[in-house]
Amino acid sequence: MSSLWEYANPKKFIETAQRVLPWVAGLSVICLVGGLAWGFFFTPDDYRQGSTVKIIYLHVPAALMAINAWLMMLLASLVWLIRRHHVSALAARAAAPVGAVMTVIALATGAIWGQPMWGTWWVWDPRLTSFLILFLFYLGYIALWAAVEDDDTAADLTSILCMVGSVFALLSRYAVNFWNQGLHQGASVMRAGALAGDTQERVSNVFAVPLFVCIAGFVLLFVALVLLRTQTEIRARRMRALMARERMG
Amino acid sequence: MIALLIRDLRLAVRAGGGFGLGLAFYLILVALVAFGVGPEGALQARIAPGVLWVGALLACLLSLDRIFALDREDGTLELLATAPLPMEGIVLVKALAHWLSTALPLVVAAPLLGLMLSLPGPGYPWLFLSLLIGTPALSVIGTFGAALTVGIKRGGLLLSLIVLPLYVPVLIFGAEVARRGAAGLDLQQPLLVLAGISCGTLALLPFASAAVLRVNLR
Repeated sequence: MSSLWEYANPKKFIETAQRVLPWVAGLSVICLVGGLAWGFFFTPDDYRQGSTVKIIYLHVPAALMAINAWLMMLLASLVWLIRRHHVSALAARAAAPVGAVMTVIALATGAIWGQPMWGTWWVWDPRLTSFLILFLFYLGYIALWAAVEDDDTAADLTSILCMVGSVFALLSRYAVNFWNQGLHQGASVMRAGALAGDTQERVSNVFAVPLFVCIAGFVLLFVALVLLRTQTEIRARRMRALMARERMG
Repeated sequence: MIALLIRDLRLAVRAGGGFGLGLAFYLILVALVAFGVGPEGALQARIAPGVLWVGALLACLLSLDRIFALDREDGTLELLATAPLPMEGIVLVKALAHWLSTALPLVVAAPLLGLMLSLPGPGYPWLFLSLLIGTPALSVIGTFGAALTVGIKRGGLLLSLIVLPLYVPVLIFGAEVARRGAAGLDLQQPLLVLAGISCGTLALLPFASAAVLRVNLR
């Protein structure tokens, strides 16, 4: 009877990851190329937004993964704190830069879309602001990993930071909502900014189906990157251990 | 616990550098903002609540790395860890000492600096009250950051990178209370949320800080 915890063994993890990785990466490329090509070339322009609407195929999946990467880090941190599996801590570490890049992609594509549509690169819309804060959390998390020398200490500290940060990120999300309502009430730009909300209610299937393909592609891409980066982290740590042993002996 | 509190306060006052520095920094910051935006009273009055809140927050940040770093250097922290006092209690006392020595003077000075930025009349009590309620949260969150970075050499910059995003909710609600107070609007909701955040961080965050300190002292 095999259990999930078998993969806490680094060797077993690497073996499985190596077997799975080409499939995940390949599927991700297929989904991304297919979804993006479908979205960019084979969907009609929106009657009001023109072709700018097509940035949705990058923006929404990236934004989704930016949040889900943090959730995955939170889960991995909890597993590390509770069961002390090193692979879990390393997976959290591996996911952080990927999540940070996803956040940047979401912010950048949003700005590029916002310039022609809202007439501005940046507004202090709740969504935009909370993503900026999320990005800062990623930066702090990555910096803490890099700053602490001892591996186990770093894993413990970053795990706790991840937990505390999750609570504060949620708190900021609602605080920012409140803050902005206090400033602009009922601006129509802000309502258009609720992109993700709109997709569920309004976007017709012509746009939605390629969007889901793209989302699947981004999820697979994230999994592939995290698997790859976790392997790299495991190998780097093993190499350090070997070098340390050599110096001793 | 009380002995530790008195010791920390005494150190803050006598060791120099910590006690008055935050206040001086606050004063300079407000003056710099005034220089930056120009002498126009109406504009200053509009941004005064936000500036005073951000200034208080930054002045708080300034002395955070002193909370544990000095005790760590001379070994006091190890002694405290073996003392018959729960780590959570130590963290809480440290935060309280930081609040009394750094944040409370800022809170008292804030209305005075509000005068310099021509804060509108009804804003003063609310500015004072919002800072009084909000700064304990700043101290407790800051203590968490200080505990997190205590083992890192030159961790000051990292400390601010980690702590400042955590300050966002407190700042938003605190400045909102002060702004609404200055404009004479209804401010019950942000005030209650601010109080809620303060109570929540006071109750929960010391556990995280203590866990982090234990890891760092391992």
